[in-house]
Amino acid sequence: MMQNTENVLRIHEISKNLGGKAILKSCSLDVARGELKVLIGPSGAGKSTLLQCINCLIQPDSGEIWLNGQQLRRHDKKELCAFRTQVGMIFQDFNLFDHLTAEANVAVALRKVKGMNRHDALQRAREELGRVGLARRAALYPAQLSGGQKQRVAIARALAMDPTVILLDEPTSALDPELVGEVLAVIRDLARGGMTMVMATHQMDFARALATEILFMEQGVIIERGTPDALLAAGAGTRTQAFFTRLQDMGDESAS
Amino acid sequence: MIDTAFYMQEVLPALNKGLLISLALIVPAGIIGFVCGVALGVIRVFGGALPRKLGDWYTSLIRGVPLAVQLMMVYYALPHCGIYFDPYGAALLSFILCSAAYHSEYIRGALLSISQGQVRAAQALGMTMAQTVLWIIVPQAARRALPGCGNEIIYLIKYSSLAYLVTCMELMGEGKVLASDTFRYMEVFLAVGAYYLAMVTVATWILRWLEQHYAIPGFGSR
Repeated sequence: MMQNTENVLRIHEISKNLGGKAILKSCSLDVARGELKVLIGPSGAGKSTLLQCINCLIQPDSGEIWLNGQQLRRHDKKELCAFRTQVGMIFQDFNLFDHLTAEANVAVALRKVKGMNRHDALQRAREELGRVGLARRAALYPAQLSGGQKQRVAIARALAMDPTVILLDEPTSALDPELVGEVLAVIRDLARGGMTMVMATHQMDFARALATEILFMEQGVIIERGTPDALLAAGAGTRTQAFFTRLQDMGDESAS
Repeated sequence: MIDTAFYMQEVLPALNKGLLISLALIVPAGIIGFVCGVALGVIRVFGGALPRKLGDWYTSLIRGVPLAVQLMMVYYALPHCGIYFDPYGAALLSFILCSAAYHSEYIRGALLSISQGQVRAAQALGMTMAQTVLWIIVPQAARRALPGCGNEIIYLIKYSSLAYLVTCMELMGEGKVLASDTFRYMEVFLAVGAYYLAMVTVATWILRWLEQHYAIPGFGSR
């Protein structure tokens, strides 16, 4: 089959069972350059598992993963490492390296994986930290940063590898409400700058404003997909819209 | 009261000679034992099934047998297999083997305490498992294990006194010979005790300095 050259990332019929239970059932996903795909769905729907299957942090049981028209041989360790350098990942709980300063967190993979020398790697790290507004925090350790700052360091760390795609696994869920904005602002800038991204989130307003496509997942299946306008239109009668309304009601209740 | 002449002319020269041998045992055994302990700990946590099992067996064996017996085995039993050591070599080897086993236990606990999230983050950046262990996990685990490993170094200083059992003439050995020659056990061993106390005190300072030097905000000591 010919690959559409526009399709940067292609996920084909990924399935995963854990403990005899199907977590993902034949999930497929095509991501074109510059797109932002947003995964929506209740907890336990399999959003996080799907994202981690894409870069094989969780090895899928079956399915195909293509990047730039090349199929990943996912049991070839060397190829997998090369693949992962091109697919950035942002985690819910940041996962910064606790023993390294912000700049060293960004530089360590440049040095050890890309073989850059210390000086160039640190310079690149500072540039990336500047890009997420943390130039002045470069020498601080993770424990000295706020949650929002940690997540921005994690984004800088992923960007420094010059990834083709970035996967974001609920990047704002572990943050205090007042810190969510600064992280979303960075992701918004990336989206506007044409970065290709797949993001799981509960930030519905963000999804509505920026997603090229929303995928609604439930029980390991992508049950709805479409543009935000189509899925969230008044009276669309979609599961996505019902979920969106429920989240908004909950937000209103907790606000009042 | 205190027989100054006896101390100046007999005790100090003999014990200083022994002190040098003690230090020649303790310093390399401490450093090499720690490095081997880190390697053994890594194998016991991240190794394949067989290396892991062998590491566990090794640790159980060393921890289960008195050091005095291990010394005897290295010095008196290994020659039967054609492996010969001088007293110093036998003592040094025993101490390294022993402290590596104990260090590995502290390291193992510290390795397990590093969050899986950081491992996944490193892998997601394209690091191999070996790179992840070397550059992400071990630097953190070594810091976490430092207080425990420091304790092991303090023990090492004192169990180095067992070297006299295989006729390695270190501090304890010199003291014992001098005491039996002069029959002034109390004075000699008071001095020997003071020497060990001084070594432990200095080691405690060095370890505290190391802990502070490698301290990282949000990581143990603050």
